[in-house]
Amino acid sequence: MRLDCPICGNRDRREFYYQGDAVMLERPAPDAGAAAWDGYLHLRANLAGETRDLWQHEAGCGAWLVVTRNTVTHAIHTVELASAVKEALR
Amino acid sequence: MAKLKARMPCEEMLPFTFGTVKLDETNLGVMTSVMALGEDAALSSALSDAHGVGFPKANRTLGNAGGPRCIWFGQRQAMLIGPAPDDRLQVYAALVDQSDGWCAVTVEGEDVEHVLERLVPVDLRRMHFKRGHTARTQLGHISASITRTGSQAFLILVFRSMAASLVHELSQAMRAVASRRGNG
Repeated sequence: MRLDCPICGNRDRREFYYQGDAVMLERPAPDAGAAAWDGYLHLRANLAGETRDLWQHEAGCGAWLVVTRNTVTHAIHTVELASAVKEALR
Repeated sequence: MAKLKARMPCEEMLPFTFGTVKLDETNLGVMTSVMALGEDAALSSALSDAHGVGFPKANRTLGNAGGPRCIWFGQRQAMLIGPAPDDRLQVYAALVDQSDGWCAVTVEGEDVEHVLERLVPVDLRRMHFKRGHTARTQLGHISASITRTGSQAFLILVFRSMAASLVHELSQAMRAVASRRGNG
């Protein structure tokens, strides 16, 4: 498996650290209520298909990335800077 | 006060040669981590004014051995090598002295690419990785900065605490390549 780091280019999987679902970028407001916080912290869909996850280019540039990939076909669709994704959410 | 003796990270381990490849330690002198605070362009021109080298693009270096050098070191980070940083740079970047934090070695010789291809998951062949190109990657399991400094020469930086592991990894690969060539 290889990922196209937007900064470094195409790199081997061993340079990357996997964090988890990219929902972590969408932190609820402090007063959003118990249900929203419960979902944000604990509830994950275990999909067969397209997932959106946070990875870090740990042994490279250090950037956090949002990787969209398909767990069935193993195809990697997009690799974006998490900072850019977060900026777009604002 | 006790007078302490400065010790290089690879002292008593280097240099050595296996086959066509030589490994030696390099004393880079003052090394400063430069982390951009605002606009990269403003930092680059301030660096040029102060030291004659700008802020490098990703995967590139600016300047040459001997003079001030700036090696790209990560997202919006570079390592300034040579001069002590000008105070005026503090407006544009966070500056941290890391002179004693890194172990720097030069590996060179005809088979150097064959040695590194056993350890590094990046294509370092000359057609893809030219002089002035640099990569933050791994060497074995060690986080490293690898820069091409010549047609058969690379500068490798790892954390100082990794010096012995780096020498071990490189010596194993150098030995293996030399023995396949029949001159180990």
